[in-house]
Amino acid sequence: MAITEAKKMTTLQVKRFKPSENPTNTFLTDEKGVWAWMTTVDHKKIGIMYLVAVAFFFALAGFLAIALRTELWTPAKTFIEADTYNQLFTLHGAMMVFFVLVPSIPAALGNFILPMQLGAKDVAFPRLNLASLYIYVAGAIFTFAALASGGFDTGWTFYTPYSSDGNGAGVIWVTLGVFILGFSSILTGTNFITTIHKLRAPGITWDRLPLNIWALYATSIIQVLATPVLAITILLLSFENIMDIGIFDPALGGDPVLFQHFFWFYSHPAVYIMIVPGFGIISEVISTFSKKTVFGYWAIALSSLAIAFIGFLVWGHHMFTSGQSAVATTVFSFLTFLVGIPTGIKIFNWIATLYRGSIDMKTPMLYVFIFLFLFSIGGFTGIMLGALSVDIHLHDTYYVVAHFHYVMMGGTLIALLAGLHYWWPKMTGKMYNEKLAQISAVLIFIGFNMTFLPQFIMGAQGMPRRYYNYIDQFTPFHQTSTIGSYILGVAFLIILYYLVKSLFSGEKAPSNPWNSRGLEWQSTSPPDFHNFDHTPVVINGPYDYHKPMEEFQLGLAVSHEGHDAEHAPAEVDTTEEKA
Amino acid sequence: MGRLFDFMLPDNKSPLTADSTDGLFHFINEVSLIFLVGITIALIYFAIKYKRKSEDDKTPVITHNNTLEITWSVIPLLIVMVVFGWGYSGWLNLKAVPNDAYEIQATGYKWNWNFNYENGAQTLNELHVPKGRPIKVVMQSRDVLHSFFIPDYRVKHDVVPGRYTYVWFQAEETGESVIFCTEYCGTSHSDMLAKVIVHEPNEFEQWLELNGGGIQGTPVEQGEQLVSLQGCQTCHSIDGSPKIGPTFKGIWEREQQLTDGSTVVVDENYIRESILYPGNKVVAGYQNVMSPYEGRLSDDEITNIIEYLKTIN
Repeated sequence: MAITEAKKMTTLQVKRFKPSENPTNTFLTDEKGVWAWMTTVDHKKIGIMYLVAVAFFFALAGFLAIALRTELWTPAKTFIEADTYNQLFTLHGAMMVFFVLVPSIPAALGNFILPMQLGAKDVAFPRLNLASLYIYVAGAIFTFAALASGGFDTGWTFYTPYSSDGNGAGVIWVTLGVFILGFSSILTGTNFITTIHKLRAPGITWDRLPLNIWALYATSIIQVLATPVLAITILLLSFENIMDIGIFDPALGGDPVLFQHFFWFYSHPAVYIMIVPGFGIISEVISTFSKKTVFGYWAIALSSLAIAFIGFLVWGHHMFTSGQSAVATTVFSFLTFLVGIPTGIKIFNWIATLYRGSIDMKTPMLYVFIFLFLFSIGGFTGIMLGALSVDIHLHDTYYVVAHFHYVMMGGTLIALLAGLHYWWPKMTGKMYNEKLAQISAVLIFIGFNMTFLPQFIMGAQGMPRRYYNYIDQFTPFHQTSTIGSYILGVAFLIILYYLVKSLFSGEKAPSNPWNSRGLEWQSTSPPDFHNFDHTPVVINGPYDYHKPMEEFQLGLAVSHEGHDAEHAPAEVDTTEEKA
Repeated sequence: MGRLFDFMLPDNKSPLTADSTDGLFHFINEVSLIFLVGITIALIYFAIKYKRKSEDDKTPVITHNNTLEITWSVIPLLIVMVVFGWGYSGWLNLKAVPNDAYEIQATGYKWNWNFNYENGAQTLNELHVPKGRPIKVVMQSRDVLHSFFIPDYRVKHDVVPGRYTYVWFQAEETGESVIFCTEYCGTSHSDMLAKVIVHEPNEFEQWLELNGGGIQGTPVEQGEQLVSLQGCQTCHSIDGSPKIGPTFKGIWEREQQLTDGSTVVVDENYIRESILYPGNKVVAGYQNVMSPYEGRLSDDEITNIIEYLKTIN
C-alpha cells in the first residue's frame, strides 16, 4: 500500500484471495449468445472480438502476401497481371498496417489485459470501447466497398498526385475507410489513458505500474495526438479527389511533397503505435519466464515515453529523396538517430534481466528471444536508413521493405505472438499444445529470415520496391524469399490449428500457469465477469519475484466493496494482513 | 575493397558519389554485426547457463545499475553521432554539383525517360554520357511522382511534377548501368527502366554530333521520330498487338468503339484530341491512364505524328 495514502485514510483491512482453480462463473459463462457478445461492454469480450477481427485481416493480408511472393517467382509474369499485382500489394500493405498492426496489440490484447493489470473491473469508458470496435468494422466495410468499386493501386502510402489523378472511386472509399478507422484508434487511446490514470487498484502507484501499462500509455498518447492529423490529411485528399480543390496535385496548383509531410506526420508515429505495445509484452514475458525483477524498470518505462515523444519529430526521414529542404533533411536525420537510443536501451535492459535469472524456454519466451534477434536487425538496418548518404542509395528499394518487415513483423507480430501464447491460458482457460507451439515458433524464425534476409541483399544491390517485373540478376533472391514465405504460411497454419484445437480439447489452464507475479494472473482462468471478485490491493511491484506469492493475492477484506453482493468471493483464505 | 559486406552492393562505377556512401554502408554493417553477435551470444549463453532447474529457483534482486545504463546509452549515442556526421558529409557531396558538370535534361513520365542534350539531341530511355566528367541530370516529371535511381552510382532523387530536381555523378568506366524508377507510378512502373551508356569522351562527342539538331526529315519521318522519342510505343504497338493502349496499326480512319458506347472514326481531330486530352474519348476495353500532352507538343509536331500514323497499315 502507498504509505501516504494509508495515513490519510484509515488503515485498509486486506485479506488473501486465492484465485479458484475451478471457477464456476467466468466472463464466458456470464453473458452468452451472439446478441450478448455484440452488445457487450465487457473489455474482455471486446478484446477477443478485436482479436478475431485482427486474425481475420491478418489471414487475408497474409494470403495476399503469399500470392505476391508467388508472382515474383519469375522475373516476368508468373500468374497475375501487373494491375492485379499492384492492387494486391496495396491491399496487403493497407490491411496489414491499418487493420492488423495498429489495433493488434492495444485493441486486442491490450483491451483484455490492461484493466486486469490495473485491478479494474473494466476500462474507463466501456461504451466507447464497444463503439471503437464498431467503428473498426465500419472502416473495414468501406475498404471492401473500395474493392467492389474497382479497387485501388496507389500503395498503402497513397502518394499524390498518383492517388488523386484519375484513380477513381476506389481510393476515395479506402481512404475514407482509413479515416473512420482512425476514430477507433483515438477512442481506444483515450480510454486507456483515462483508465490508467483513474482506475488503478489501491496500491498501484506509478512505480508499480506493469511495463506493459507504461508501453500502452505511451502508445495511447501517440494515438490520440497523431491520428487526427491522418484524418485531416485524408479529408483534404478526398476534397481534392471529389471537388478538384488543388492541395496536393500540381496540376491543380497543389504540392505533392506537402502530402508526404502530412502523411508521415501520422504514419511515422504510427509505427511506434505498432511497436511500443510490443515492447510492453516483451517486458512482461521476459520477467515471468526468468522469474526475476525486470532490470532497469524506469529505463524501460521512460524510454517508451521518450520514443513516443521523439517519434513525433522524425517523419521527414521518409523523405530524404523527395525534394524537401536541405535543412529539414539534416535535422530529421539527426533526430532519427536520437530515437534509436531509447530502443537500444530497452534491448540491453531486457538482456540484463536474463542475467542470473531462472530461464524457462516456454513458447512465449521463445518468441521473446526471436524478437530480440529479429528486432535488433530491424534496429541496425534502421540506423543504416537514417544515415543520409546511404539512405539516398537504399530509399524505395527492397532494403526498406526488409527493414520494415523486420521491425513490424519481426518486432510487433512476434511480440503479439509472445503475448498471445502468454495470455492464451488466461483468456480462454485452456492450454495449447506446447510442442506444436515450439515447432511453429522455430518454423516462423526460419521462414521469416529466409523471406526477408535476401531482400536486404537485393535491395542494397538496387532492386526497387513495388516492382511487378524485375531484372534477371535478382531471381535467386526472389525465389529464396518466396520459399521462405511459404514456410511462414505453413507455420501460421499450425498455430491456427493448435490454438483452435485447444479451445475444444485443450487441457484446462490453471489460474497462474507460469507462476507470474502479475496482477492479471491473480484472477481465475478465464477471469470472472468483473475480472476479480474482490478489489485487489497491491503492496509489491509487478516483478517482485523475491516476495512470496501470498503477498500478490490481497484484496479488500470488506466484502462487496464496489461489487454487487451476489458475486460471492471465490475462496477465502483465513490469513489476514494489515497494510 | 575486400570488405565483409561487399557482396551486398553493386559495382561502384562513380567513385566521386559512391565512395563515401559505400564506406559508411560497410562501417554500419560491421559495427552492427559486432553488436548482433554480442547480443546473440549473450542470449544463448544466458538461456543455457541460467536454465530453470526447478520451480523454486531463487533469483537475485537486481533492479538497476546506473553505470551500465549510462554505458549502453552513451556508447551507442557516440557511434550514431559518427554515423550521422559521415552520412551528412556524404550527402552534402551528393548535393554539391561540381562547377564544370555537363548538364543533361531528363523528363520522366508514365512510363519512360526522355533525355535532351544541349545541341538538340534527344533520346528515349538511353542516357549517353562521357567518361570521367561530372554529369548533372536536371529532372522534371510530366505526370506523377517518379524517382531516378542509378544503383551503380549510388544516386537517387524523386522526380516531382511542377519542380526541377537533380542528381550528379561521374562515371569512371565505359559500359552500361541500369536506371530504375523507384517511386511507384502505376501499371508499368517496373518497366520504366533506362540505361546509362558511358562513352570515351571523343566517342561521346561523335555520338552527340551525329544526333544533334533534333528531329529532321519529311513530316512522316519527323512523326516517326516523335512517336519513338515520346515513348508512345510503350503502350501502343505498331504491329497490331494490343498493349496498354490500342495499336497504331491500321488506326487511320478505323471505327473505334468508346467506353461510353458511342463510336468515332479516327481522323485528324480525334487523334489531336486524344494526344492533348486523352481522357476525353477512351477506346472501349482500355483504361484512362495516358498522360495529357497538352503544352508538350507543338501543333506542327502533332500534325507530323498524324502524318506518320496514316502510314502504319
